[in-house]
Amino acid sequence: MSLLVTCPNCGPREVHELRCAGESTRRPQARPTRRELNDYLYVRDNVWGFQREWWFCRSCEEWFLAERHTYTNEVARTWHPEPAERRA
Amino acid sequence: MTRLAPRPGELIDRSAEITFAFDGRPVRAFEGDTIGSALFAAGRRVFSRSFKYHRPRGLQCCSGHCANCQMTVDGEPNVRVCVTPAREGAVVQGQNFRGSLDRDLLQVTDKLGGPFTPPGFYYKTFIRPRRLWPLYEKVLRGVAGLGKVDPNGTPRRRVEVVHEHAGVLVIGGGRSGLEAAAVAAAAGERVIVVDDGPVVGGRLLADPEGRSRADELHAQALEAGVELLVPAVAIGLFEQGFVPVAHGDTLVKIRAGKVVVAAGAIEQPLVFPGNDLVGVMLPEGVRRLVNLWSVKPADRAFVVTADERGLAAASDLESAGVDVVGVLDLREAQPPNLEARGRRGRVEAFAVNGKVTPCDLVVMSGSPQPDYKLLAQAGARVEYDAARGIFVPTDLPPDVEAVGAAAGDVGEPGVPLPVLGHHGDKCFVCFCEDQTKKDLRYAIEEGFDSIELSKRYTTVTMGPCQGRLCHLNSIRLYAKTTGLDESAIGTTTSRPPHTPVTLGLLAGRPHEPTKRTSLHHRHEDQGGQMMWTGPWRRPHSYGPDPAAEARHVHDAVGLIDVSTLGKILVAGPDAAAFLERTYPNRFSDLRPGRIRYGVLTGDAGRIMDDGTVARLDDETFYVTTTSTGADGVYQWFTWWNAVWFMDVRFAQLTGAVSAVNVAGPRARELMQRVSPDDFSNEGLGYLDARHVRVAGVPCLALRIGFVGELGYELHFPSPLAEHVWDTLLERGRDLGAAPFGLEPQRILRLEKGHVIVSQDTDSESNLLEAAMPWIVKNDKEFEWVGKWATQEVAQRGLRWMLVGFESPSGAMPVEGGQVVVDGVSSGRVTSVRHSAQLGKVIGLAIVPHALAVDGGRFDVQVDGRRVPMRVHLGPFFDPAGEKLRS
Repeated sequence: MSLLVTCPNCGPREVHELRCAGESTRRPQARPTRRELNDYLYVRDNVWGFQREWWFCRSCEEWFLAERHTYTNEVARTWHPEPAERRA
Repeated sequence: MTRLAPRPGELIDRSAEITFAFDGRPVRAFEGDTIGSALFAAGRRVFSRSFKYHRPRGLQCCSGHCANCQMTVDGEPNVRVCVTPAREGAVVQGQNFRGSLDRDLLQVTDKLGGPFTPPGFYYKTFIRPRRLWPLYEKVLRGVAGLGKVDPNGTPRRRVEVVHEHAGVLVIGGGRSGLEAAAVAAAAGERVIVVDDGPVVGGRLLADPEGRSRADELHAQALEAGVELLVPAVAIGLFEQGFVPVAHGDTLVKIRAGKVVVAAGAIEQPLVFPGNDLVGVMLPEGVRRLVNLWSVKPADRAFVVTADERGLAAASDLESAGVDVVGVLDLREAQPPNLEARGRRGRVEAFAVNGKVTPCDLVVMSGSPQPDYKLLAQAGARVEYDAARGIFVPTDLPPDVEAVGAAAGDVGEPGVPLPVLGHHGDKCFVCFCEDQTKKDLRYAIEEGFDSIELSKRYTTVTMGPCQGRLCHLNSIRLYAKTTGLDESAIGTTTSRPPHTPVTLGLLAGRPHEPTKRTSLHHRHEDQGGQMMWTGPWRRPHSYGPDPAAEARHVHDAVGLIDVSTLGKILVAGPDAAAFLERTYPNRFSDLRPGRIRYGVLTGDAGRIMDDGTVARLDDETFYVTTTSTGADGVYQWFTWWNAVWFMDVRFAQLTGAVSAVNVAGPRARELMQRVSPDDFSNEGLGYLDARHVRVAGVPCLALRIGFVGELGYELHFPSPLAEHVWDTLLERGRDLGAAPFGLEPQRILRLEKGHVIVSQDTDSESNLLEAAMPWIVKNDKEFEWVGKWATQEVAQRGLRWMLVGFESPSGAMPVEGGQVVVDGVSSGRVTSVRHSAQLGKVIGLAIVPHALAVDGGRFDVQVDGRRVPMRVHLGPFFDPAGEKLRS
């Protein structure tokens, strides 16, 4: 991993100035079944291609979302989430 | 000496003599010499012993590609001396021999082993009996190896890491590289050129006609503002223009907008019997000896070449007074039977179809192979160009460019036959690993017919040259043997490092970041014995007797620096609702000025962190975390709110705020001396939080009792920490106020049965099995983080429980000691201490749930014996908490 990621606040940053918190997930709204809970906690799509993931910028201490290609590490887009995008 | 009269363009400065030691004897060199050129000029021809057969090997490429000149320099093994500048006082030694470099006793492996040691020989032969393998391995490693690392003798060099950013990075400072650099610099870019040196110019340097062009380009580049990093080697090409460069003892990590690979081409050996003899060289090696260092390489030379390079070398040799006794241009004819003949490992003659010409140098030159390895690492494809017998890079990734020979611009070389001789076995394909054409054919016969499999089996391309001199030839030999064509066989994967680098350089300079509290110097002055706790330095104790410090807290009053606690302000209209969601606890009913203990879990229900939550007013909470959890909890809170968008803000106060816990029966008396505020039970009761003034400093006082006695945790601005600390000690002197360290604190908290997260819990611990069911409030409106998993635990039933225990026999288990029930390992001891106050050994342990009853019995393994322990539920000391509330 030696990619650059563009923090929406701070601009392009070396990856070690940021923390990747993994694929974004969707938190169940009400009590899930055991299987749903397992899926939410432990099962990831693990796609080959662009995935939406959470990143934390250690400089401005803001969380943002990124679309990163899991093979080429190309980061297509980074943005601060909007309320309409609530997922977790 | 074989040094020539001064030549125009030579790199050496004959007025500056230096001396270094080789195998204990002094060797004279000039400034500008490499260790290799100086040794050669002094008459040395054998530079190393080969990996497996211990055959003598001499200079071959003289360009830092092959492994033939690897020596140990100043304790560092496997240094290519042909490109390592000679330094005054350097200590150079040969390696991989018994006896001497010239007379290696292990050469017997060549005479005896040759026919009997095909690929895989060792693993097939020494597999039985299996138990003897460690012995075999030790012996084999000793005879088949490279240099040795001396774990004691090598002085530790200081390695640095430097980060650079460039508009354009050019790898390779030859003609194409310098031209590209000058163009980019003229366009206003910051341009860095990396070249393996000794100075930029690449192949022009060793070309009498190119030398002035090299100087011109060099000057042009400097004038255009190009920065040169020389001698330096790019060890990889990663995504988005990231290139780590080994530059002496510095690892330069360059991030470039565009990377131009101008790495040139690598001259290829020809495959014929005797092609590894000392005195069989590549043209550039010969030209560098003659033109850079003015050394006469031999008396009589034979040149066999598939391109112009060999002819250029022949003309240079003639200019140096070498008798060129034969030139065979393979573009004109390819005689089927070439052979270099030698004695004692040195070439003595070259035979073409049986016609023998005596000579002491053979120059061989196959089709020069573009150095595409960095491009391939970056994702370029590589295609076989059958007309020229080479692989060329294509489909370059964005922002990567190839120019010059690296891009395939190597002229129109002829295509030599994959094997040019049949007499004898020793047609080497891979010099680093001693693999011959016969070994490769053997591997194919055994079924290793994919190039990737064969690479792993024969280790061709896996030696120090990383395939530079063997990759092309091995693929072409494969093609010939299997009948497939080269493009169908393909190349093996290129991986970093492109050139071997020391582990020390990759590891970088050892850093151990340290966090110190604002009271650090006070602790040192007061005799604190500092210890590591995570990244923090904290006082273990202030004297030889932690128990006495603990007793002092029980008897009088003690002070402990708890500034390492994480401190986060959570404020806003939704602050209470936010904490209700993130903690299992209820906070909506926490009144302003009150404190509640809280534990954080993830949605998997595992305990992450704990601390106190004080409500300062309706919309403001002051949250403390564990010492190592400060950053993690802050990120955890802000992440959840990046999802929830609640009206709440977070301020990380860990560094800005220091904290001291004042604890002991006389704590109140002390506080009343240093503060105008009311510290009575009415003014500041147990679990109350108030803003107060202490020694004139505004503080947040939290009345909590981690150590089990009446206690006030004071939080105040860090710049005033020493003032507050000093005042407390001074004004409390006659009360017996004294600092206490972390160890006495651990004894005291254990007496209360208080849990330390990550000491008494682990990544499996959940709230119910850590005996904290009272925290869990499932009737809250929101599905708090961790609720569902905690419900699942309740549903499946409890298996474990964290319990207190005492040791009736007084035997002291170790932390981590096994709990044994009915002879089966059933949990572990998480904490244990001797409590002087209680006069017994107490601890916490994770035990099977069924044993979690007062008086429950279990054994713990102590020094190989099983020692019975007795479960004790609740605090050992002051179970009713009267002291805390006093």
